Amino acid sequence: MTSLLAEDSALSAADASGASSVAWLLIALPLVGAAVLLLGGRRTDRFGPLLATGLSWGSFVVGLAVFLQLLGLPTEERAQDLTLWNWVPAGAFQLDVGLLVDPLSTSFVLLITFVGSLIHVYSIGYMENDPDKRRFFAYLNLFVASMLLLVLADSYLLLFVGWEGVGLASYLLIGFWNWNPAYATAANKAFFVNRVGDLGLAIGIMVIFVTFGSVDFATVSEGAANASQGTLTAIGLLLLVGACGKSAQFPLQSWLGDAMAGPTPVSALIHAATMVTAGVYLVVRSNPIYDGAPDARLAVALVGAITLLFGAIVGCAKDDIKKVLAASTMSQIGYMMLAAGLGPVGYAFAIFHLLTHGFFKAGMFLGAGSVMHGMNDQVNLRRYGGLSTFMKITWVTFGLGWLAILGVPPFSGFWSKDSVIEAAFVGEGWQPWVLGGVALLGAGITAFYMSRLFFMTFHGEKRWEEDPEPHPHDPDRTMTVPMIVLAVGSAGAGLLLGPTGAITSWLAPVVGEHGEEHPVLPVWLIVALTLGLVAVGAAYAWVRYGRDLVPEVAPKATAITRAARVDLYQDAVNEGLFMRPGIHLTRGLVFADARGVDGAVGGLAALVGGLSSRLRRLQTGYARSYALTMLTGVVTVLGALWVIQ
Amino acid sequence: MPAAEFQAVQVDYAAVAPMLVVAAGALVGVLVEAFAPRRSRQRVQVWLTTLTLLAAFAVLLLWSRESMTVTLGGSVVVDGVSLFLMGALLVLSALAVLVMAERFGGVGSDAFTPMGSSTPGSAQEDTATRAGYATSEVFPLALFAVLGMMVFVTANDLITMFVGLEVLSLPLYVMTGLARRRRLLSQEAALKYFLLGGFSSAFFLFGAALLYGYAGSGDLEAISTAISTASGDLDGLLIPGVVLTMVGLLFKIGAVPFHSWTPDVYQGAPTPVTGFMAACTKIAAFGALLRLAYVGVGANRWDWEMGLVVVAALTMVVGAVLSVTQTDVKRLLAYSSIAHAGFILVGVLAFSQAGIGGVLFYLVAYGFMTVSAFGIVAMVRQGGSEASHLSQWAGLGRRHPVVAGTFAFLLLAFAGIPLTSGFTAKYAAFAPAVASGTTGTVLVVIAVLASAVTAFVYVRLIVLMYFTDPTGDDVVALVPSIPSTVAITVGVLVTVVAGIIPGLALDLASSASEFLL
Repeated sequence: MTSLLAEDSALSAADASGASSVAWLLIALPLVGAAVLLLGGRRTDRFGPLLATGLSWGSFVVGLAVFLQLLGLPTEERAQDLTLWNWVPAGAFQLDVGLLVDPLSTSFVLLITFVGSLIHVYSIGYMENDPDKRRFFAYLNLFVASMLLLVLADSYLLLFVGWEGVGLASYLLIGFWNWNPAYATAANKAFFVNRVGDLGLAIGIMVIFVTFGSVDFATVSEGAANASQGTLTAIGLLLLVGACGKSAQFPLQSWLGDAMAGPTPVSALIHAATMVTAGVYLVVRSNPIYDGAPDARLAVALVGAITLLFGAIVGCAKDDIKKVLAASTMSQIGYMMLAAGLGPVGYAFAIFHLLTHGFFKAGMFLGAGSVMHGMNDQVNLRRYGGLSTFMKITWVTFGLGWLAILGVPPFSGFWSKDSVIEAAFVGEGWQPWVLGGVALLGAGITAFYMSRLFFMTFHGEKRWEEDPEPHPHDPDRTMTVPMIVLAVGSAGAGLLLGPTGAITSWLAPVVGEHGEEHPVLPVWLIVALTLGLVAVGAAYAWVRYGRDLVPEVAPKATAITRAARVDLYQDAVNEGLFMRPGIHLTRGLVFADARGVDGAVGGLAALVGGLSSRLRRLQTGYARSYALTMLTGVVTVLGALWVIQ
Repeated sequence: MPAAEFQAVQVDYAAVAPMLVVAAGALVGVLVEAFAPRRSRQRVQVWLTTLTLLAAFAVLLLWSRESMTVTLGGSVVVDGVSLFLMGALLVLSALAVLVMAERFGGVGSDAFTPMGSSTPGSAQEDTATRAGYATSEVFPLALFAVLGMMVFVTANDLITMFVGLEVLSLPLYVMTGLARRRRLLSQEAALKYFLLGGFSSAFFLFGAALLYGYAGSGDLEAISTAISTASGDLDGLLIPGVVLTMVGLLFKIGAVPFHSWTPDVYQGAPTPVTGFMAACTKIAAFGALLRLAYVGVGANRWDWEMGLVVVAALTMVVGAVLSVTQTDVKRLLAYSSIAHAGFILVGVLAFSQAGIGGVLFYLVAYGFMTVSAFGIVAMVRQGGSEASHLSQWAGLGRRHPVVAGTFAFLLLAFAGIPLTSGFTAKYAAFAPAVASGTTGTVLVVIAVLASAVTAFVYVRLIVLMYFTDPTGDDVVALVPSIPSTVAITVGVLVTVVAGIIPGLALDLASSASEFLL
């Protein structure tokens, strides 16, 4: 079964034609924007944000043209390779810079350019009074270009370039307000944690090169069928490490919460809709490898399952609106990873949930930005309350996102998340029960914490800070329009793609046919259980945070809540497991260097110096002793040669 | 013997023209010394010497290059190697002469005493200075030394070689004793150099006599033939003969254990003369050694090679190790020159054409570096005399960034850092040695270790110049006049260019690396 699928998915790419032949424009446009804004300096202050936004939309137009072109082609021709130039001409190793335009990458291109452009528009309003907004837009453009390179690359090495590019943009944007030391630290934290993941990916690429002799997707896809399962498992695990770093999956999840230090549009675009999903993309793109390595796939699924619970639990206890959303993002990506780890059953659903999540989570982040805008940048849920009457548009758009993430039919989350949960129940032995159970439980917890956030923000009593008195209001149109558009997407995208089977058949050429799989429980039961749990979670949240009074200071709570408030001790664990031993290791190395290495070098120097001082005494200054030295030398050489002969 | 049997030797004047030009220039210099008015004598001598050397170089390029031959009855050979070395000698000695001409605003050359018997700063010296005395005889002496060196590198028989050796040595003995400051040190050095030089000449002569006894001729080619067709009766003479002649040459090279004179003489001699000796004497002596070892007694090198290997190893190690504890810049550079001599010997011991090319390149690269380096040493002063103690160089980089920077660059070149000619030279000399076999490889390993030790010494001096607080405020670098600025600049430029684009000089050296015989 799996090998058959692998062959199916080995879609041979034709040379690009039509709109695909200008696919390089997708990357070039925002890249030019970033270059102009960064190199142009203050001169571009006036028109810079508009230029960046325009170029981003330009990229979207190209992406749309490419999409329409692919749509018009027969299914088996929907992969086009665009070779740009010879990149690494190193003897036997040849690598071209090439773009792979296929259904998978095109889906991402549309998501990135559309959501990205909307967020550019939103940022025009959000960052209006920031003195450095030119730099902000330059970084946003840089991010869009890198992210597009990441998803369009036709080889792992080029993907890695984009991978590092988005990492750089993320670092720069998290620390955008780096005059605040905490924000700068958050940027560093994201950078360091991502180093771990990137190292895994880099080693994975090296193993791929050693195994297949090349790093482009086509060769890997062909070679994977013949490679040993052990090698494929190793590659799969290494790629998973990379994916965990970028997608904030357990155990490399600790950076995402702190990354909320960046401006809210950044959180929406990079740390919710696009960059953090790159790990899912990597796993799905590497499906030929994972198809041959069930163990690695199981690891992916387990990581996803653990993270989805982890994020959900953390999300229940946080009082910072952005941190709740961050925890939720982590949890939702856990769903995607879980789906991707299920193999051909789940690849398409992983991408499906990724797309719908991109809409509703970005929309909710923008809504959070709007709330913060109106509440003097207050982020504490306990100081909100009753905002629904003051911010009607925000309330409605956020509400649509909320319904979507809860999985209330017919909003988009219902279709995508339900598919994932159903797929999780497919399989044999303990796996479907554990994975499916976790996915089901996660849905209930999600309903609780998202409802908690929604009710604490928009309903109940006003708990606003008195000084300065906030004047909440809906923001101006540059900000509301993107929110509305995303809300419409949150509401309708799932219905459009899910029940019609559009997404599965669209992605089938890349990830293989979905196939007929039967969950261990009847589908109607799974849906009923899910909806029941969601209803319970939402109702409990209403009772505690909608109806009852919410205390303005977090009350004393059970051990598990206290643990969740500090992210289940993730930082303490990292500190104890890695930082402290790391510091001790460093100290040890410094000591060894000072005493051992330097000692050896110093000792050698002292030896030479001592020898030098001894020999120096031979240089007496007397011509007679010099002559004697010469004579001794002559006699010795002659004697030695005579002896040798 | 009846006069009729005497046959006049054939002379190819084009081939030996450079030597004739230098000889003529030297003789005219003597006349100038005798007859030119005192006020203009210095200027005339500088012009005459420089132009003579440049003219000789031009003649070499235009005529001698076209007529490579053995001439003067087989005693002089003008081939690729000797032409290359003569050219190098002429250019480097021209630069050295420009440095010697430095007056720092005085009447005569700053480095040379106006009157040998007077003490520095005494009334007697003042009188001599007021009277306009100047030791402008260094210039014809230098020309005679250059002539001797040229004879040395072209000599094809042992007697001619000996004549060249003496012609180059005698003027150097005198020049060594002419320092203006620290006069006693200088005169002592001159006497030591003379005594030990005489001692080594005796070795050379004795060795030459033994080889003559063995082969029945002093001609290198005849000796080579005799070794190949040896009857066996006189074999006992061969090895002592080879060893003793080589001792004479190794003395001039400054190889251990015949090096003891080097630090004392380099320190005592007037600094520009030290530069001249370090660059040119080394070239001449290595030229003669190459010819003796490759053309003359190369046929039985298995018998004596080991001796030279040991000398090379000792030279590198002792030179490098002893440079560590030196406190005087000139002595430090003297030990550095000993170490470099060892490195060049490694190239000689490759016994291949590539080895010859490497040796030639190394000699030229080292020559340019060392002339510039001593030119700079002469500029750094404290209270009127040369600040040659290392402690006086502390913090020089802050007050004289250009001078210290240039010197630091030259030190890096001595150390053999890439992108300087020092690196290329070491590579050119060591690579053939590695290719030649196990012994060569062992020597190169020793050479690299010794280089590491010397690098420490050079870098320490750089650290001293840049990262140490100055001890006295009155250490200054004098502003050089145009001639010595030109000389130092040319030296540095060659060091840079031969480091970055070594191809041209390497090609030249390797195309010149063929002996005519």
